[in-house]
Amino acid sequence: MNFATKVLHGTSCFDPITGASSVPIYQASTFHQADLDQPGTFDYARSGNPTRAALEEAIAGLEGGERGFAFASGMAAISSVFMLFSAGDHVVVAEDVYGGTFRFLTRVLSRMGISVTFVDASQTEAVRTAITPTTKGIYLETPSNPTLKVTDIAAVCRIAKQHDLLVIVDNTFMTPYYQRPLELGADVVIHSATKFIGGHSDVVAGLAVTRDAALGEQLYFIQNGMGAILGVQDCWLVMRGLKTLKARLDVSTNTAEQLANWLSAHPEITSVYYTGLTEHPGHQVQASQSSGHGAVLSFDVGSRERAKALFDRVKLPIVAVSLGAVETILSYPVTMSHAAMPAEERAARGITDGLIRLSAGLEDVNDLIEDLKQALENLPPLQKIEEEKEAFSRA
Amino acid sequence: MHLETKLVQAGVGKDEKTGAVNFPVYYATAYRHPSLGQSTGYDYTRTANPTRSVLEVTIAEAEAGDAGFACASGMAAVHTVMGLFSQGDHLIVSLDLYGGTYRLFEQLLSRYGLTFTYVDLRDIQKVADAIRPETKAIFVETPTNPLMQITDIREVVQLAKNHELLAIVDNTFMTPYCQRPLELGADIVLHSATKYLGGHNDVLAGLIVTKGAELSEKMRFLHNSIGAVLGPQDSWLLVRGMKTLALRMERHEANAFAVAAKLKEHPAVAEVFYPGLAEHPGHDVQKSQASGFSGMVSFRVRSVEQVGLFLQNLRIVSFAESLGGVESLCTYPTTQTHADIPQEVREYVGVCDRLLRLSVGIEHPDDLIADLTQALDASLVVGGALR
Repeated sequence: MNFATKVLHGTSCFDPITGASSVPIYQASTFHQADLDQPGTFDYARSGNPTRAALEEAIAGLEGGERGFAFASGMAAISSVFMLFSAGDHVVVAEDVYGGTFRFLTRVLSRMGISVTFVDASQTEAVRTAITPTTKGIYLETPSNPTLKVTDIAAVCRIAKQHDLLVIVDNTFMTPYYQRPLELGADVVIHSATKFIGGHSDVVAGLAVTRDAALGEQLYFIQNGMGAILGVQDCWLVMRGLKTLKARLDVSTNTAEQLANWLSAHPEITSVYYTGLTEHPGHQVQASQSSGHGAVLSFDVGSRERAKALFDRVKLPIVAVSLGAVETILSYPVTMSHAAMPAEERAARGITDGLIRLSAGLEDVNDLIEDLKQALENLPPLQKIEEEKEAFSRA
Repeated sequence: MHLETKLVQAGVGKDEKTGAVNFPVYYATAYRHPSLGQSTGYDYTRTANPTRSVLEVTIAEAEAGDAGFACASGMAAVHTVMGLFSQGDHLIVSLDLYGGTYRLFEQLLSRYGLTFTYVDLRDIQKVADAIRPETKAIFVETPTNPLMQITDIREVVQLAKNHELLAIVDNTFMTPYCQRPLELGADIVLHSATKYLGGHNDVLAGLIVTKGAELSEKMRFLHNSIGAVLGPQDSWLLVRGMKTLALRMERHEANAFAVAAKLKEHPAVAEVFYPGLAEHPGHDVQKSQASGFSGMVSFRVRSVEQVGLFLQNLRIVSFAESLGGVESLCTYPTTQTHADIPQEVREYVGVCDRLLRLSVGIEHPDDLIADLTQALDASLVVGGALR
């Protein structure tokens, strides 16, 4: 079945009893048990709820995995999946991970005796070098946030196999429409479903899918034990969003491509990061492992002052934290998504003061270009800033 | 202002633009920034959501704390609080305890180098003896689930203070309507708000309330970082439930008294556990620290064979796992709520296979008594003859 059909018909996303075209919202915390000796499928809603089960089945099907899980947020999915590890374990982590993941790993999980090494995962050999005798897993985000570095998932999975490591991939930027890491050898896929999967900036949610049943059983134990589950109304909203995932991404990706090309040619922009640009260093790998380049791009205007001027002048995009919505969203990683990261760590990752992340929505691309065009006019000159900087450093 | 008034007034008139009596459900995940570096106070819903804020302020006020945090489930609340501790830390925990909490501690958090000692908190000397150099907190459930044992909160808090330990109280069974542990000196209160606070068996939620600026700030960091937050629709449902908490608790308690008295008289019943009964060993402590006894009643039947028959014959009371809702529920802890506690531990504590837990709802007490009586009668009949 093709993806466009699968998002609509891939799973039993209708109510088996009434035939309703949309799964009902089971706003029930507990389920009556008919027989003491034969517990029903559902007993307590943290352990399982029919509405959540429908979403979990849907995402497992789309990612090509055995078992799906819905969590209260993307971070709840990430913190739950990391519970697969124990004190003393070591995990190799892609260095450009989302700031919230970085914060969780370095300020919460570190206190629990789990150590991590951050590496530039776009360099496959760097991943291999970081492996120690206590390494138990590799955690990837590709393309990375916000500079869109690409990791060769299959190559990393081959290394992981040799060392018997779990490979976990945050697939938020790509969604299963463009990239299915489990098919490339990964063991667990994670989503902030708040983003493209939900797609409407109206629900915070996380998803995880395991490739095999045994790992699924372990993660189920954690999901039920820790209880960071997704509420039923939110499950329903995510499923509703999922139905238009392909249609939305087709438009948004096309827009992102056009914007990337337009920005690349614009004199006020110092650099553009988008894997769809042939000069992007990860372009080839991305094209080989994914069927699309996605709707997120970043660009550098050169300084914080210029970024601020741009943010003040744009009219269409929402200036906000988050991405992957019907509305185009502009974010400033330094104070938003990556604020949780220390300044020196940010600088090392190329998250400069002039960097702006754009998540293309469904507006008409020409309207977006017009808006960006007017916002980029008369920015404080780049040259002057360079001169000031020099003067400052001389002083 | 009285608690009843505070709860009913939750969120009322807070939506200044429209004056809507009930606060709206904000589904937005992201919030438009007026300019770079400026925020409305809301940036990203995991960090803060206006609807969730109404709930968090309400529970913080109701529990007389400084900050409230809404989580995806009661267990998510417990887990988030446990984020305060680090590898090597030790906690003293109620011996009789909800099975899910026991499972989280023993099967998940133990892998992170946290250790737990389970102590009968009614014996303060035993609690003092369990304190080690690496002990960081005492985790109290009172009344305990399912045996309704009463811990003297003030006594435990004093011991905790002497040793610079955090006192954490799971207040699910009592709710702030009956008991406010922070006023007795505790540092953190937890709720499975799925239970009495929500009250309708229709929403899964957990709440945390902290006392003190520093602890509140730490909890804010963990709540946002771990991300096990409550969605806006569920937050709204919970506020809606909390508005009738006082009314419901009065009826739950009145019905529980009636049911407990009747159970005591029934020949099929060996023992009844309800702190409201004058002969309950914790009755006086309960009266000294709480303004009520809530609606949870446990009882032992005389033989394990009665259990299945009793449950099968219930007509009004549902055989289901949970508590605190308007509908009466009966739970069999051995296979449901406490299945994750090893049998020998369970039996040592007293959670035997003859124990049943009743969450007495707000139906008419005569109907509940009639239903329980006929099901208990039926449990005594084997092969057409009285057992």
